[in-house]
Amino acid sequence: MASNLATAEGAVSTAPDFAARASVALKDAGLRRKFRRAMDGLMTKRAAQFPDADAWTSLRARGSAIRRRSLARLPELLEQLDTRCRANGIQVHWAETSADADRIIQGILTDHGVRTVIKGKSMVSEEIHLNDFLARHQISAVESDLGEFVIQLAHETPSHIIMPCIHKSREDVAALFHSQIPDQAYTDDVDALTATARRVLREQFASADAGLSGVNFAVAETGTLCLVENEGNGRLSTTLPPLHIAVMGLEKVVERLEDVPPLLTLLTRSATGQPITTYVNFISGPRRQGEQDGPHEVHLVLLDNGRTRIFGDSQLRETLACIRCGACMNHCPVYTRVGGHAYDAVYPGPIGKILTPQINGMETAGDLPHASSLCGACGEVCPVSIPIPNLLVRLRGEAAHRDPASTVKGNGARHSSLEDLTWRGWRLMYSIPLAYRLGTRLLTLVGNAMPASLPMLKNWTSVRTKPQFARQPLNVLVRSRGIDHE
Amino acid sequence: MSDARAAILGRLRTIRTAAAPTLPDWSVTVPEPDRLKSFRERLEASHAEVHASTSADWPTLLADRLKARGNERGAAGGSTKVLFAPGTDRGRQLADAWAGQTDLHLVAYDQPVETLKDVLVHGVDAAVTETRGGIAETGTLILWPSSKEPRLMSLLPPLHVALVRANEIFGTLTEAMTAQKWSGGMPTNALLISGPSKTADIEQTLAYGVHGPKELMVIVLES
Repeated sequence: MASNLATAEGAVSTAPDFAARASVALKDAGLRRKFRRAMDGLMTKRAAQFPDADAWTSLRARGSAIRRRSLARLPELLEQLDTRCRANGIQVHWAETSADADRIIQGILTDHGVRTVIKGKSMVSEEIHLNDFLARHQISAVESDLGEFVIQLAHETPSHIIMPCIHKSREDVAALFHSQIPDQAYTDDVDALTATARRVLREQFASADAGLSGVNFAVAETGTLCLVENEGNGRLSTTLPPLHIAVMGLEKVVERLEDVPPLLTLLTRSATGQPITTYVNFISGPRRQGEQDGPHEVHLVLLDNGRTRIFGDSQLRETLACIRCGACMNHCPVYTRVGGHAYDAVYPGPIGKILTPQINGMETAGDLPHASSLCGACGEVCPVSIPIPNLLVRLRGEAAHRDPASTVKGNGARHSSLEDLTWRGWRLMYSIPLAYRLGTRLLTLVGNAMPASLPMLKNWTSVRTKPQFARQPLNVLVRSRGIDHE
Repeated sequence: MSDARAAILGRLRTIRTAAAPTLPDWSVTVPEPDRLKSFRERLEASHAEVHASTSADWPTLLADRLKARGNERGAAGGSTKVLFAPGTDRGRQLADAWAGQTDLHLVAYDQPVETLKDVLVHGVDAAVTETRGGIAETGTLILWPSSKEPRLMSLLPPLHVALVRANEIFGTLTEAMTAQKWSGGMPTNALLISGPSKTADIEQTLAYGVHGPKELMVIVLES
């Protein structure tokens, strides 16, 4: 099964657009089974954490307001975070682009003669493709989150932002460990596999010259970086090596420490159905005089990479409220069926469908907002009330319509003259009574004779039955029954 | 990269935003009489072991528990090496109480990690730390590691033993933050710990001890 999966995924990743990749993924029964099972489990666990609708509503309102408040005050909070972190001894760096962030991180590592950096889980580090960049500069980056470790061994990318190796079965992991880790006998016992990862990564932690992590919340008031995890690898990455670099999207800042508890509880309950994760790690500086452990230096890299552009549009700004819980993908009927790789993007699922086109531009990602049935489940479960369906519709428009005033990257890149013409024809038909009457008459006469394989019709009929046209249009039928003028 | 800072902040400042919304009321609490029970149940649900003891008796209880574990492992297990903080009151109490122990061997964390790394990573079976209290709602320990009780104590050994005073169990994290005035000054590292290290990355199957302690033992000290 593992080899089938690899073949299917290879095909998925090279297909030019989402629709083509999705078609391949949909035929992969093993993949669908794994995602269905995982998503069902996550949905059930989340639901169990919010048993009381009133409590959920008030907690969500609080969390949503905290995120909106943080965004409304974003420049001052970033400045305050910068000041507080520096006062705490954390060195702060600002990166305009992914490439800048990569260079900043590589610069710090090179200055310290680092050969190996051990990583806690960080989606921003995926966004800036840090591992590949460091590898080109002879610095090896070792993923230590179990899921990330697995996909690094397999040379793959995460298929979920919280559970990166959902697409791998126990047997896949067993085979991978057996082939990639020296002296590892084949076992598909999860405890034994976990123990192997512990043994291998312990050595890496002990010998790594630096640790790298993401940030879940950065508190402006105190200059504190908050990291949420279950495994302890995040704590090890940020405690054991002599140097710690944290990288975060600049939207992750919050005003006050007291903003953390409601966001934390929304995050962990929405993400994995846990009241709290095993570890919540508040870092407010490097090792102080007299302390026995902790890194001697802590660096924070604040990444823009298009976020200030997104911030410029009052509706699309909502995208930046996200706390990366992944509940939207767990509840998405599309994500559940095609898996994370079909999106060919760092951030898959509904949040990815609104974030990726805005960061990367409509030229390459303009089809992603269409990867939705607009069922609304993502917006319903979002713990910070991001109206994802509305933003999907807005971005579909941004991709198709050229608007000189738009700030969206690649606005109008998916403009289609044929689509324009079709809608213009539609408008004409519905605004001129004679055209409407003639048009509908024509369809009653020839509609059923039209083959389902006609070029544009085929997109619809390839997976659906072609509708039957009635012998008479509705307005004629209505009149024949004596109803006139409404 | 101070240019980037100026450029990013400059761009953000030119953008008009709506007034910052006020925060709607939200509060959750666990009533005082239920706190200990909730604390214990939540921790046990997270695969932790919870014991009740007193400020005077806990070293004996811990010695008994560790010896019982040693016996389960059989004679091949050898003595149990326990990392402790010799500079704290509880650490001194433990050293005094265990002075005659032969099966339990105390290892002091009183030097920089660079010196002790090999022992910490490979050479200890357990560590004993104090806490700054607990949180009833989620079954959580609050730790503020310090120069006397370093950060890695609760992370590297396979078993973490944490002491919690029964009268320091707060209802919620918000209550603990407020009562302990966290925003007035944060330590280098503050931690919330709610069970042993765990993962569900392989087929959503729970496995413990992936990186941090495989076991968490909490001893609640009645006043």
